[in-house]
Amino acid sequence: MKTRKRSNAPIFWGLFGAGGMLAALFGPMLVFITGIAVPLSLLLPADTMSYPKMLAFAQNFIGKAFIFAIIALFLWHAAHRIFHSLHEIGIHAGIGSKLICYGLAFISTVISAYILLGLGF
Amino acid sequence: MSKRRPYVRSMDGWWKKNPFYVEYMVHEGTALFVAAYAFTLLVGLVRLGQGEAAWTAWLEALKSPFSLVFHAVFLVAIVYHAFTWFKLFPLTMPPIIVNGKKVGPGVVVGSGWTAAVVAALALLGLVWRIAA
Repeated sequence: MKTRKRSNAPIFWGLFGAGGMLAALFGPMLVFITGIAVPLSLLLPADTMSYPKMLAFAQNFIGKAFIFAIIALFLWHAAHRIFHSLHEIGIHAGIGSKLICYGLAFISTVISAYILLGLGF
Repeated sequence: MSKRRPYVRSMDGWWKKNPFYVEYMVHEGTALFVAAYAFTLLVGLVRLGQGEAAWTAWLEALKSPFSLVFHAVFLVAIVYHAFTWFKLFPLTMPPIIVNGKKVGPGVVVGSGWTAAVVAALALLGLVWRIAA
């Protein structure tokens, strides 16, 4: 009997779905907090994202997991969606574009894991 | 080299001819902004790892008009991502059966949007509590 190779598509599809869900639930508020409210000192305390507070958050296990999930899954979501839309704008979805899309997500995942682990617990 | 030059119809702007395809390209295009925001956060994380001076410089950079305009654009794009993400649920998710009946598309989409609003407010409340 011939053994069939399992498709790896469900993994990338799952990462796309998880990232899309996180972006839909928390994306808008996160952008508002980090990009608008804190820089303009609206609504939230002025030192919300001060160095001691952010460091403590990134050293907390849950905080670490949250930061990692947001950065990594957002990028896997975007990589998958952009890769599958390349055909729409007349770019052949070959091995090169696959490496660029998923490769950037992969490298960013490794970098965030490396920094978060380096910050300690 | 072959002298044949077969006619290949151009794909330029095919999606502009139909509002349905325009919407499709816009909602798929939100991924570019999700990626741009994630890279912004990744830079922030790198700066956090480099120490207090680097982190404070990143925070200062977020106050520039350039950054504020970009984040306003990210906000619009990602709100639209959330809106369409749940709007497409009746097509992208398996049907949900309750008491032997399929839950209607309106209920599925409405629950998704409600969950998004609740999650956003919960996040704001949580950040406010941690920071206070």
